[in-house]
Amino acid sequence: MSLITPDFGLLFWMTLIFGIVFFVLAKFGFPMITGMVKKRSDSIEQSLREAEEARKTLKELAAEQKKLIEEARKEQARILNEAAANGDKIVHDACEQAKIQTNAMIEKAREEIRIEQETARRQIADEVAGLAIEVAEKLVRGHLNTAEKQSALIDRMIEEARASHNPVN
Amino acid sequence: MHRIKTLLLLLALLLAPLTASAAGHEASKPGEIDMESYIFGHISDAYEWHITTINGHHISIPLPCIVIDDGLHVFLSNHIEDNGYTLNEEGKLINAATGRRPIDISITKNAFSLILSSILLVVLVLCTARWYKRHDAMKEAPRGFAGLMEMLITMVVNDIIKEGVGKDYEKYAPYLLTAFFFIFLNNLLGIVPFFPGGANLTGNIAVTLFLAVCTFLAVNLFGNKHYYKDIFWPEVPAWLKVPLPLMPLIEIIGMFTKPFSLMVRLFANILAGHIMLLGVVAVIFLTAELGPALNGSMTVIAVIFGVFMDILELLVAFIQAYVFTMLSSVFIGLSRQEPEHEKQLETTK
Repeated sequence: MSLITPDFGLLFWMTLIFGIVFFVLAKFGFPMITGMVKKRSDSIEQSLREAEEARKTLKELAAEQKKLIEEARKEQARILNEAAANGDKIVHDACEQAKIQTNAMIEKAREEIRIEQETARRQIADEVAGLAIEVAEKLVRGHLNTAEKQSALIDRMIEEARASHNPVN
Repeated sequence: MHRIKTLLLLLALLLAPLTASAAGHEASKPGEIDMESYIFGHISDAYEWHITTINGHHISIPLPCIVIDDGLHVFLSNHIEDNGYTLNEEGKLINAATGRRPIDISITKNAFSLILSSILLVVLVLCTARWYKRHDAMKEAPRGFAGLMEMLITMVVNDIIKEGVGKDYEKYAPYLLTAFFFIFLNNLLGIVPFFPGGANLTGNIAVTLFLAVCTFLAVNLFGNKHYYKDIFWPEVPAWLKVPLPLMPLIEIIGMFTKPFSLMVRLFANILAGHIMLLGVVAVIFLTAELGPALNGSMTVIAVIFGVFMDILELLVAFIQAYVFTMLSSVFIGLSRQEPEHEKQLETTK
């Protein structure tokens, strides 16, 4: 039966043409297509992996951000507390300083008052001494208005001076 | 599916003598249809491409005949007699004077269809490949035809070749892809009932023989040591191979039965499909003499059944290409398998 007997002519053409088709497609057709498809699927896979990584990084960043904000808030609170304490201290210091200065001024004032008092006392003493001398002069003048009274006084004074020069006698 | 096809083929073969004898009985009457020549005229090769017949006048495309018979002779098929050749009862060219068959490499209907479909296949694949040259495949996927081709190619590579061959499948992918698309395209063209389709190329034993030989070579030329050891010194009791190499003999027969089954499977499936379709169409003409009522109703049935068969053939066109490629991949994969079970045995010891 001719149906199941391979025909030589057709076998010849089949070998030739299939050979050419195979050569052309294997060289310019299929490797190009499968290569590109593989490349694309690889790149998609890589993109997915990168997206996953990016998501992870984003998550980490968000966590870090949260941590930073928390830290900043703590820092803020700390600074505020410190500022309040500092303020108190400054006020306290100022008070202290003021007290010291006031004391110093009071002390100085007292000193001045004392010096003034001293000066005043001296002046009073001088004046009193002047007055006493004046009074004494007037008194002496009244006592020594006669010559015998004057010579009597001179004698007494000489006596006194002798006594003070010769205490052994 | 394959079992159904085989059953249908058996049925067709069983019925063939009946119809043939009936046709032969009535062929003497003028105006009757000779069923055998009708069906075999469609499924076998020819030196011309018959398009149609109008009022008993055949319209066909003459194809070049090339014969080597004391020198090279090239002539068109409508000048066979003028060049001292004639056709024998099988429809083959013979020398009119000596009656011997020359070396015949004519571009027959099948060879011409082979050329056309091959050009079409190359154009289709290269057009797809050109898409990748013109576009950045990293950024976009092809649409339209290139997208369809990409889907088919990816399906064949991932589902058939990678599964069957295993590692370094890329080396075999071009051949297996070419085989798949060649068979698929020619199967489809075989269903198209008019020019340039309708040639029974993948239902021709020479074509399937060539494809099977290709697979045979791919399997056996690149088979590894383990594969050949399994053939010539398989792990069976010694008496099966020492005095009489029983198992090696069976294994060597197996080497040839695998591609043989590939050859017969594709050939028989496509041929059977064509015969079934032709038979269904023939019902219309066979019932013509039974009166308009019966003929009309049978025509309706034949058309419905014909549509069903055509859709079935579309499915078969794909399945046979798929099966051929898958089995070729599996055979290649088996010839390159590393002896895993031996390693496992060694590790368990």
